[in-house]
Amino acid sequence: MYKLNYDPLICKGCKTIDCLVKCQYQDFKDINRAREEKNKILNGEYSKVLDDCRTCYGCEEYCPNNNHPFYQIVELQEKLNIKNVPDPIFKQQLRMMGPKNRIKTQSLKPPIIDMCLFPQLIDNIKGKLYEGASIIWGGDIFCNIMWLHCANMSVILDRLPKMIQNIYEYYIKQSETDEIICFHDECYGAFTQLAPAYGIDVPFKPVHIFEYISKKLDELKLHIKPLNQKIAYQRPCSNRLCSDMDEKLDEIFHKIGAIRVKRTYDKNTPLCCGSVLRIQQKDREADEIQRENISDMKGTGARIAVFNCPMCMMTLGEEVAAQGLFPLHVSDLVRHALGEI
Amino acid sequence: MMQELIQGLKDIVGGEYVSTHLEDRFFYSRDGGTMESFEPDVVVLPQDSNQVSKILSLANKNKVPVYCMGAGLTLSGLHRAISGGILIDMKRMDKIIEVNERSRYVVVEAGISQGKLQAYLKKNYPHLKHSMPDAPPAATIGGNVAIHGSGHLSFLGGFHSDMVTGLEVVLADGRIIRTGSCSVSNYWFAKAPLPDLSGLFLGWFATTGIITKVGLKLYPAHPLSDVRVLICEDPKIMEEIIFKVTDLNIAEDIITWMTPKPDWARGFLHCNVIYGAKTKDELIFKRDLLFEQVRDLIDKKVTGFLPLLPFMKKRFLDVPGKDLVRFADVRKGGGFEYVGAMIPTNLFSDAYKLGLDIAQKHKVAYSLGSRIIGNSHSMMFFYAYAFNRADLADVKNAQNALYETNKKVIDIGGIPWKAEIPAQKEILKKMDKNTKGLIFELKKLLDPNHIMSPGNLEE
Ligand SMILES: Cc1cc2nc3c(=O)[nH]c(=O)nc-3n(C[C@H](O)[C@H](O)[C@H](O)COP(=O)(O)OP(=O)(O)OC[C@H]3O[C@@H](n4cnc5c(N)ncnc54)[C@H](O)[C@@H]3O)c2cc1C
Ligand code: SF4
Ligand code: SF4
Repeated sequence: MYKLNYDPLICKGCKTIDCLVKCQYQDFKDINRAREEKNKILNGEYSKVLDDCRTCYGCEEYCPNNNHPFYQIVELQEKLNIKNVPDPIFKQQLRMMGPKNRIKTQSLKPPIIDMCLFPQLIDNIKGKLYEGASIIWGGDIFCNIMWLHCANMSVILDRLPKMIQNIYEYYIKQSETDEIICFHDECYGAFTQLAPAYGIDVPFKPVHIFEYISKKLDELKLHIKPLNQKIAYQRPCSNRLCSDMDEKLDEIFHKIGAIRVKRTYDKNTPLCCGSVLRIQQKDREADEIQRENISDMKGTGARIAVFNCPMCMMTLGEEVAAQGLFPLHVSDLVRHALGEI
Repeated sequence: MMQELIQGLKDIVGGEYVSTHLEDRFFYSRDGGTMESFEPDVVVLPQDSNQVSKILSLANKNKVPVYCMGAGLTLSGLHRAISGGILIDMKRMDKIIEVNERSRYVVVEAGISQGKLQAYLKKNYPHLKHSMPDAPPAATIGGNVAIHGSGHLSFLGGFHSDMVTGLEVVLADGRIIRTGSCSVSNYWFAKAPLPDLSGLFLGWFATTGIITKVGLKLYPAHPLSDVRVLICEDPKIMEEIIFKVTDLNIAEDIITWMTPKPDWARGFLHCNVIYGAKTKDELIFKRDLLFEQVRDLIDKKVTGFLPLLPFMKKRFLDVPGKDLVRFADVRKGGGFEYVGAMIPTNLFSDAYKLGLDIAQKHKVAYSLGSRIIGNSHSMMFFYAYAFNRADLADVKNAQNALYETNKKVIDIGGIPWKAEIPAQKEILKKMDKNTKGLIFELKKLLDPNHIMSPGNLEE
């Protein structure tokens, strides 16, 4: 049984309650109200936060003490049966994304790119960036942390250790590398932030796609033609479990001569792409947030909108394009700079 | 006598459109369903109403059975020449005669395919459309209205036979008659206010005449469309969802689907609500109305809208839909048949349970679903069973499952649609005696020599 590694006493003595005060989706300008609600959460009591949380993962980044406020919320939501997603949808998605037991032992050549559950973007794995890469994906290695959006931690704690073990047993053990390049922030966040928070062992070395690309660009330096393009970046929720990797993106942009425009909804204040709100049946709110987000992108004068999260890209891509911005995945942006597109 | 008849047919339509070849007769003797084959003696492909009229006069004089086929896609073997004789294939009669844009109707020859009409309207009248069934696009307009088909605009406009504005029909003795406004006026705008003679030919399995022209309602084709898919686990809740959603008049098409494959769908009931709009704002407005309609159930967390990404919606918005066609080959070997049953919408739970019980008992691969018709007065509930045609035991098993489904459907208060011959007999068994008597009298009146589709609508 895995237990969240956090210290309630630190929260009791916390002066800033940043986890709630900085929340973009709830109004906690009054720190006393924030403290009141936080105390309820710490005492395992109902707090309106449990209903109002939009599961943006933001507070995991805001807490200066690494005390996992969001995981505290999700655990309590589950314990008090506060559902943010209709039952049949949750159950069906659980089955759809569950392990399929189809994984087979393979000896893979590095780099091993873990596409999580998103085969739709397999086509992105090409060109000099990914020469010789082996691709892995599917329900048997799905990190499962999307259930954080559905008020459920126990499925994650049940499935994630098995998925990690699968990656190790079926792929890493007989391959020439112990590195897994995580194409999706969620996997990287699951392996490097959630797993340690619950004491789950990760017997391989997770590498974030940005780390990989940045390093690869050093090798490919001579091929780079600086883009000189203004880019509006959509920072995804899962990147907030690995904030240091956001700096790696700046490094990449610097190397390819792309300009990450300053916008209201980037860095510490990104906006949800809307997909989570839709599964939570909040379509109107999702519309509003998408409108706000895209108009912010447009307002910067950027002509390209760049995504790292496949889900954000699939959700926003069409609308972004309809509004005159060109949607691109980070990998493809880099391939532009390498003259491959 | 047969040789003389065949020569007579050749004189009417030309030698190349008459065939007595074994291969052709075999081809026309069957369909993709479970019914046994019956070969016609001769197949003939007329080009216009006059040729149909001459063929029927000739057959009537010689007392030779006549069967009629559009695309032969009912899967219940309705076009099979059970008593041999002539099989008329209508596919050469595929002209579009008139589109009345302002009154929104089209007049076509009965053998035109759904696909041809759809393509023609898309190209020449992109703001108009007709209601497409999910049948393969080769299905004909005549064959479909003749069996009370339904399709993508059936929530809006009812059965496809309800969308008929008038017919041209050739009777058994060769007389050509018209029903509806076109019998009085140059316009094919409505069946009203005249005695509704169309009813003598819709739902009769070609036992009263052969439809040669159809006036059909057209509807606005909106530039935008969307689909929202509600999901739940309890058929009683689905009944509630259907009631609520149909209370709101925004949908063009409402379909439920329940299937054990893929595994993630097993045990869940889905309801697709499809609607169109002129602008994005209108589309969102309709989406929000729909949400409000089922909000109480969403708040109880017993239903919700599936989070579909734009690329996922395409599959549900395809016209015709391809899901049933995909299902048709799950057992490989290409065998597939479904009982479509017309059932009042309030019996949704019973209809669903009936399907599950039978599928379990016969261990057949199944897919269940329904299309809500005309503001939910009824639904076409389908019980689709796939089988491997190369495996005779598998075919027999599916046949038994279908037969039992037909009987149970009648027991709960529904009526099998496009009923196979055994199911037709079951329906007649249950039918009010005087009604049945009238049906037989009318058949006799219109076809005294009993040449029209013998074997159908008989006890
Ligand atoms: C995968 C699949 C999906 C389907 N989905 C649908 C659906 O969504 N909606 C739906 O309605 N159906 C559906 N069907 C059933 C069927 O294919 C259609 O109803 C089709 O339109 C029938 O037309 P047809 O030309 O094949 O008719 P046929 O099978 O050729 O004929 C049907 C009956 O009408 C008679 N007939 C044919 N033409 C005439 C005429 N001109 N005058 C008088 N009688 C005539 C025939 O003798 C026969 O009794 C589906 C079938 C399949 C295989
Ligand atoms: S979770 Fe972090 S920010 Fe929130 S109260 Fe605890 S220590 Fe403070
Ligand atoms: S996850 Fe996001 S929405 Fe929820 S409390 Fe934390 S910051 Fe607020």
